Amino acid sequence: MKFLSSLLGFAAVAIPLQGAAAAELGPLDISGFIGVETRVFPFSSQFSGQAGNAEISLIVTPEFRYRTSDGKHQFSFIPYFRLDSRDDERTHFDIREAYWLYRGGSWEILTGFNRVFWGVTESNHLVNVINQVDLVEDLDGEDFLGQPMINFTTFQNWGQIDIYVLPGFRERTFPGSEGRLRAPIPVDTSSPVYSSDLGQKHVDVALRYSHYFGDLDIGVYYFWGTGRVPTLVPNQAGSALIPHYDIINQAGVDLQYTKDAWLFKFEGIIRGGQGGTFGAFVAGTEYTFFQVFGGNADIGVLAEYLHDGRDASAPATPFEDDIFAGMRLALNDIQDTSVLVGVIVDPSSSETFYTIEAERRLAQHYVIELRARFFTGADPGEALFAISRDDYVQLRLARYF
Amino acid sequence: MKNSSRKLLSRLLLAGLFATLLAGGAYAGELEDKGFEIAARSDRSDRGFTDSVVDMKMILRNAHGQETTRTLALKTLEIPDEDVGDKSLIVFYTPADIYGTALLSYAKILDPDDQWLYLPALKRVKRISSVNKSGPFVGSEFAFEDFTSLELNKFTYKYIGEEVCGDFTCDVVERFPRYENSGYTKQIAWIDQTVFQLRKVDFYDRKGALLKTLKLEDYREYDGGYWRAQTLRMENHLTGKSTDLIYSDYAFKTGLQDNDFQKGVLRRVR
Repeated sequence: MKFLSSLLGFAAVAIPLQGAAAAELGPLDISGFIGVETRVFPFSSQFSGQAGNAEISLIVTPEFRYRTSDGKHQFSFIPYFRLDSRDDERTHFDIREAYWLYRGGSWEILTGFNRVFWGVTESNHLVNVINQVDLVEDLDGEDFLGQPMINFTTFQNWGQIDIYVLPGFRERTFPGSEGRLRAPIPVDTSSPVYSSDLGQKHVDVALRYSHYFGDLDIGVYYFWGTGRVPTLVPNQAGSALIPHYDIINQAGVDLQYTKDAWLFKFEGIIRGGQGGTFGAFVAGTEYTFFQVFGGNADIGVLAEYLHDGRDASAPATPFEDDIFAGMRLALNDIQDTSVLVGVIVDPSSSETFYTIEAERRLAQHYVIELRARFFTGADPGEALFAISRDDYVQLRLARYF
Repeated sequence: MKNSSRKLLSRLLLAGLFATLLAGGAYAGELEDKGFEIAARSDRSDRGFTDSVVDMKMILRNAHGQETTRTLALKTLEIPDEDVGDKSLIVFYTPADIYGTALLSYAKILDPDDQWLYLPALKRVKRISSVNKSGPFVGSEFAFEDFTSLELNKFTYKYIGEEVCGDFTCDVVERFPRYENSGYTKQIAWIDQTVFQLRKVDFYDRKGALLKTLKLEDYREYDGGYWRAQTLRMENHLTGKSTDLIYSDYAFKTGLQDNDFQKGVLRRVR
C-alpha cells in the first residue's frame, strides 16, 4: 500500500513537472502547403512513349519546426510528395529538410538534410553545388533534393565561414519515358555509374566564405566531391541514357554590387574533373524603376550574359554563349502580385527559350501561380531540340496552412 | 517731386523688406533650434533600450473597408551612435505563403540602408536596393521610411507652435527629410510635452500636398522608462485606404547580439 501511495504521489508530482517541461520546449510549428498543378503542352509529343498533352499533379509538403525556449536547439522536418497523373518518375517523395541545428555564441552546427542556395543571378544558378537538383519539378534549377550534411558555421566580424561535410550522394531526378521535357531516349536512373570507387558513399566537402563590404556582397567557395550534374551516356542497346557522376574540384564566386536602383551581379565557377578544366560565368545587371506611372508598382529590367567554356566530354549545357533579357513586375499590392518574363537567346544558333512566371495571392490562404515556357529556333542536334515541342503552360493553386 | 517721393517710398519699402527678412532669418534659426531640441528630447527619451522584440499585426483596409491581415515580428538592436542607424529584422508569419520571409536592415542616416531579403521557398538571401524608401511596405499604407527613418539626424526641424492633442499639450514641429529619395517634402509632428512622445504625424508628398496622417495611440511605459505606442494608425487621404499596426507587448534587453543580425542567420529566424 505504501508503495502504491508513494507511486501515486510520484505520479502526481511527475505530471505537473511534465507539463512544465512541455511548456519550456515550446509548441510544434506546422506550416506548408497542398497544391494542385496542371501542365498543358499545346504540341503533340516528339518521341514514342510520351503520354498525353496534359498532366495533373498533387503536391503535399508540410513543414514542421520546433525550437527549445532558449533558442539553442532548432529542428526542421519538411517532407515533399508529388503525385503525377502521367509520369511515374515525376511521382516522387523526398525529404527536403530534416535537421537539428545547435546555436553556440558566434557559431552554429546543422546536422541532417538541408537545402543551400547561393548565388545572385536569375537566368542560371551556376554556383549552387551543395544540393542535387530535383529536375522533374522544374527546369530552372531552383528545386533541390534534401542533402545530408554536417554544416558548421561561424560568424566573425570579418565574415562568415561555412564548412560542409556531405555524406551520401543524391542522384538527379529525370522525367521517365512517359514524361515530356526529356531527351529522345529516356534516362535510366536505376544504374548510375560513378567515377569514384566509393560510388554514392563518397563524402564530399565544401568550404565557403561570405561577407559584405559596404555595397558589395561576396561569396567564395571550394567544393571537392561528386559533381551534381551527370554526363548522360547511351547504354549499349541505345535504349536509355545512363548518368555518369564524376569526382570534381570546383571553385566558385558570387558577387553583387548594389548601388541606388542598380544591382550588378556575377557568378563564376572553375571546374576540373569533367573533361578539361573549364570556367563558366553569368554576369549581368538589374535596374528597378520604382513606383512607375505614379502608382505603387515597381518594374525591374534585367540583362545577363552567360558563358560556358566546357568541352564535349563534360555534361552538355545549353548556355555556352547566351544572352538573357528579362522584366520583373511587382505590383506591391496586398495580394503580392508579381510577374517575371524572360528570354534566353543563343545568338550563334537562334535557339531561344522564353519563360513567364507569375503569382498572386487569392485569399488569405490561397496562391495561384502561372509558369509558361517556350522553346523555339533549335535545329536538330542542338541542345534544346529534344524539347522543342515541349512548350508548356503550368498553373498551380496552392492552399497554405 | 512726385518722382522723388516715389523713390523714397520704394526705398522705405525696400528697407522694411530687408528688416523683415533679417528679423525673419534670425527668428527662423531659433525656431529650428527649438524644433531640433524637441525632437532630440523625444529621441533621447528612448536611449539605452539596447534591443527590443515585438510581435505586430498589420491590418490593411481598402477604401471600401475590406480588411486583410499580416502578422510579423520585429527585432531591433540599438546602435548608440547617433550617426549610425539601428539594426532591425522583420520576420513575416502570415499570410501563410510568406511565412518565414525576412527583411534585415542596417539603417543609415543619410545613405540608403543596407537591406537583405530572405525568400524561404528558395532559401535564398537577396541583397536588395533600398533607394526607394517611399514605396508601400508589403502593400500597406506605411512606407519603409515611415517606421525605419526615425533617426534624429535624418531630418532638419522647425518649431511651429503648441497645440492641445488629446489629453496632452503637444509641441508641433515640422521636419524635413535630409536623406535622398524620400517620398515627402515635409512632415508635421506632434510631440507631447509630458513624456515627449510622438502622437501624430502629417506627411506631405513631393507636390507638397497632405498625403497621409499617422496617429500613435495606447502608449505604455515599460521598465526603464521606455515608451511605446501599441497602436499606429496610418490613413491615406488620397486613396481612402488605411493600415493599422497593432503591437503586442514589447520585450527589452532580451540579450540580442550583433550575430543575430547577420544575413547568414536568416535561414533560421522562424
